Amino acid sequence: MTSSDWPLWEVFVRSRRGLSHTHAGSLHAPDAQMALRNARDLYTRRNEGVSIWVVPSVAVTASSPDERDPFFESAADKPYRHPTFYEIPEGVQHL
Amino acid sequence: MTAVTAETQEANEAYEAAFDAAVAADERIEPRDWMPEAYRATLVRQIAQHAHSEIIGMQPEANWITRAPSLRRKAILMAKVQDEAGHGLYLYSAAETLGTGRDELLDKLHTGRQKYSSIFNYPTLTWADVGAIGWLVDGAAITNQVPLCRCSYGPYARAMVRICKEESFHQRQGYESLLALSRGTPEQHAMAQDAVNRWWWPSLMMFGPPDDESAHSAQSMAWKIKRHSNDELRQRFVDICVPQAETLGLTLPDPDLRWNEERGHYDFGPIDWTEFWEVLKGNGPCNEQRITQRRRAHEEGAWVREAAAAYAAKHGEATA
Repeated sequence: MTSSDWPLWEVFVRSRRGLSHTHAGSLHAPDAQMALRNARDLYTRRNEGVSIWVVPSVAVTASSPDERDPFFESAADKPYRHPTFYEIPEGVQHL
Repeated sequence: MTAVTAETQEANEAYEAAFDAAVAADERIEPRDWMPEAYRATLVRQIAQHAHSEIIGMQPEANWITRAPSLRRKAILMAKVQDEAGHGLYLYSAAETLGTGRDELLDKLHTGRQKYSSIFNYPTLTWADVGAIGWLVDGAAITNQVPLCRCSYGPYARAMVRICKEESFHQRQGYESLLALSRGTPEQHAMAQDAVNRWWWPSLMMFGPPDDESAHSAQSMAWKIKRHSNDELRQRFVDICVPQAETLGLTLPDPDLRWNEERGHYDFGPIDWTEFWEVLKGNGPCNEQRITQRRRAHEEGAWVREAAAAYAAKHGEATA
């Protein structure tokens, strides 16, 4: 068995408490524990994180880039979901 | 032409138009986006060469870890060499998003089918070489790499952002180390000067052949993989180094080096491209040694990889 048989893991790092985990990159490891340790050595050598998640890459279901436009289209024609859509007379406060 | 191939061709043209538009608009291309095969191949070649350079680059410096002059310098050097391993891993991951596996890349390195930066085929003869590498080699690398943070391929650009942040420490520790030697005893000063004399020209070669002889430059610029030409970056590096050398109290080994008021740049002497091509072809002082050592490290590490895999299998981890 060689490293190509080691599964790929996606690494998510919480940079400090109060913030969510964000994607840092990926790595190969034989199991979850090794993935965590490798992730620590690879992505937090300079105190970049206080918490790490590792997720097998195959467990990620992604939207297709080809469908990008139709997939997200329904949000495109709804500007009324944004506060800036509304006209408010000048001088009105706390709104 | 059958209806099916006509349809496919039409679809490909639409994809290509979308790709060109994204590059023109300075958007990033992401792994699952359609991309021309030549773009993919160019990126794999460049990212692989870059990744290989990072891990081969560990060797000349690791050569001095056991002989570092103080515990402080030793800890710094170990951290730096560890960073180079990390940089290699970021880059191999970026290459993998293009569909080229880790083992395939390593195999191509081990069999000489992919290259690494020829700078690492020079030996580190004295402790001062560690300082000179940090200042000049990492300095040249930073000059090359900062524009790559805006490369059109997303995963490569993101890896470069991380790498550039870390390279800054590499360059500064080298400069500080050289400064200490330069201001030390006459012997130490001479050792620092000797290291700079040997590393200056190979560092200038790191930017690659002159623009009119660079095989891939024009296409890479069009694809926004590359943002500046080799000669432009080389000039930028020379302009940065001259005042830094003055502060170090060291000279750069080029009698033609002088400020050109008209150009607003330093002029510098001709580069020995014969040496560059010879080293690239495998005839540098350490080509053989570097690859032999790399292969040996890989082979001798096989049992660790096997043991880890066996452990994972035994404990029933879903190895997916």
